Amino acid sequence: MSEIRGRAWKYGDNVNTDVIFPGKYTYTASGQEEIASHALEDLDPSFAANVRTGDVIVTGRNWGCGSSREQAATCLVFNGVGAVIAESFSRIFYRNAINNGLLAITCPTAVQVIEAGEIVMVDLQNHTIHCAAGHFSFPPMSGSVRQIVEAGGLIEYVKRKLVVEA
Amino acid sequence: MKPPSPQTFAQKAIARAAGLKFVEVGQVVDVRPDVVLSHDNTAAIRQTWLEFGQARVVIPEKMAITLDHAVPAPTTKHAQNHAEIRRFVQEQGIRYFFEVGRGICHQVLSEEAVVLPGQLILGADSHTPHFGWMGAFGAGIGRSEVATLWATGELWLRVPESMLIVLDGDLPPGVTAKDFALRIIGDLGADGGLYTSVEFAGTGIERLSLESRMVLPNMMAEFGVKTAYIAPDVAVIEYLSQRLQKRLENGERLQNTDRSPDLLVTQSQLFPDAGAEYSATYRYDAAALEPYVACPHSVDNVVPLSHVAGTRVQQAFIGTCTNGRLEDMAAAAAVLKDKQVATGTRLLIIPSSSQVLQEALRLGYIQTFIEAGAVVGVPGCGPCMGNHMGIPAPGEVTISSANRNFQGRMGTRDAEIYLSNPAVVAASAVAGVITDPREMNNV
Repeated sequence: MSEIRGRAWKYGDNVNTDVIFPGKYTYTASGQEEIASHALEDLDPSFAANVRTGDVIVTGRNWGCGSSREQAATCLVFNGVGAVIAESFSRIFYRNAINNGLLAITCPTAVQVIEAGEIVMVDLQNHTIHCAAGHFSFPPMSGSVRQIVEAGGLIEYVKRKLVVEA
Repeated sequence: MKPPSPQTFAQKAIARAAGLKFVEVGQVVDVRPDVVLSHDNTAAIRQTWLEFGQARVVIPEKMAITLDHAVPAPTTKHAQNHAEIRRFVQEQGIRYFFEVGRGICHQVLSEEAVVLPGQLILGADSHTPHFGWMGAFGAGIGRSEVATLWATGELWLRVPESMLIVLDGDLPPGVTAKDFALRIIGDLGADGGLYTSVEFAGTGIERLSLESRMVLPNMMAEFGVKTAYIAPDVAVIEYLSQRLQKRLENGERLQNTDRSPDLLVTQSQLFPDAGAEYSATYRYDAAALEPYVACPHSVDNVVPLSHVAGTRVQQAFIGTCTNGRLEDMAAAAAVLKDKQVATGTRLLIIPSSSQVLQEALRLGYIQTFIEAGAVVGVPGCGPCMGNHMGIPAPGEVTISSANRNFQGRMGTRDAEIYLSNPAVVAASAVAGVITDPREMNNV
């Protein structure tokens, strides 16, 4: 996966995990379809029914603040979301995203110019976002983060590590 | 090797847990936490852990599991979830397991001295910074990360920048640690402490009761922090030693049993060096603070209480890991004594643990609550995250002593939540509108 291409879903600052995946489902919702169906339920009820594979979320500061619930990341993965591009991320959401192979890209300049619904392309090899307003580069992932993403998430990464140690 | 520059608490705690002499800010290291926490999410974590194909978790002696988020089970699905967790605990010989009704994880692990000063605890719960009240390093992580810890005992952490927040002097009567936390978050924003370790200091912090200290690191989760810290003092050591002593008397074998509980409590404690580097320092004059309220739907939407006084409330809730302790019960009882909850408003009170409930019973607070017309619930998280009863109807307004007021947080999208200290919640329940308890006798 070196390129992501999809429509932009645009949201604001401090979008919290309760509106991304409501707490009332956290101990009962299981299975990818059920988890996917509640994505952004209390933020944008049109999202889960209309999102397409490769679409990207473009959002402001502190995306994913609040609870540590991992479904806030997996509900996006199960809907085929290609990346979340934000001005900044809450730390637990960032970890959950990486650990589930969801790209969490920090790029404040791109966030300011991307408009809802436009087609956005993310070039992972060159760390660049292409959109109607131009090209924007973002910092490459750090070593440990890249290893986890390249393995397809934390669980796969740890599985390989356990095999090597055995 | 070059001697290290003065170190922050976070540097020292991460270095200790990584088995290193010292670490630099920004460095990524593998740590071995002292305690790994999970709760009602344990069954889901087990499903992930099974993917590793291990027969046994590698750290059963470090694992703490509480049933607290939806207790007692409100539905068959929740009951199945709890049953799976009990089977897992038994099968894996998990050292610390706390049943339905014992209380909220952060409160119970504090009361049982499961975590000690200077130790590192990682939990699948965003309020894990809570343990900073005793000078421990607590951080929230995801479910896959807890599964990874069960399988390997270690996880990567980045050494955070640190921020210093100083409180000078005594808080005025009626102004609490909760108000101070809300003021910080209101001033600096919900991402004001993003990725940082917040160290609290100053005479105002030193003079806080232990229960009030618990509020600050806990609420810093709403400030975006990785962890938060208050230096342990004699009161902290006494509190934890007594609880360790009780565990010894109950026949539990602790490591290093040749050492006294005092020594066990202090052996890992850590203090930041004088001259340690902080990315920012904020100073507050305690005397200038007042009661604050976080308005819907964001914890940093903070105003002085007087700005929203008079707002009609249908539900009032006192409890949670933030404000469900004995002094919170005492503050509520002082307001509710010989008063009645207003018609058209309901008051729900949930002590944060069975010990808090017992003490509140002994001191007559529970009697006062029932006489005032309040509903008293089973120790646990209650309606905080919309999992377990106390769910508001669409269009209703709740005032709560909890930590989050996000849209839909309590289970209903079209409902509003205001956050305040417990005395304000109690006074608002009596008046039926948001009310300053200091002005109640004049009403």
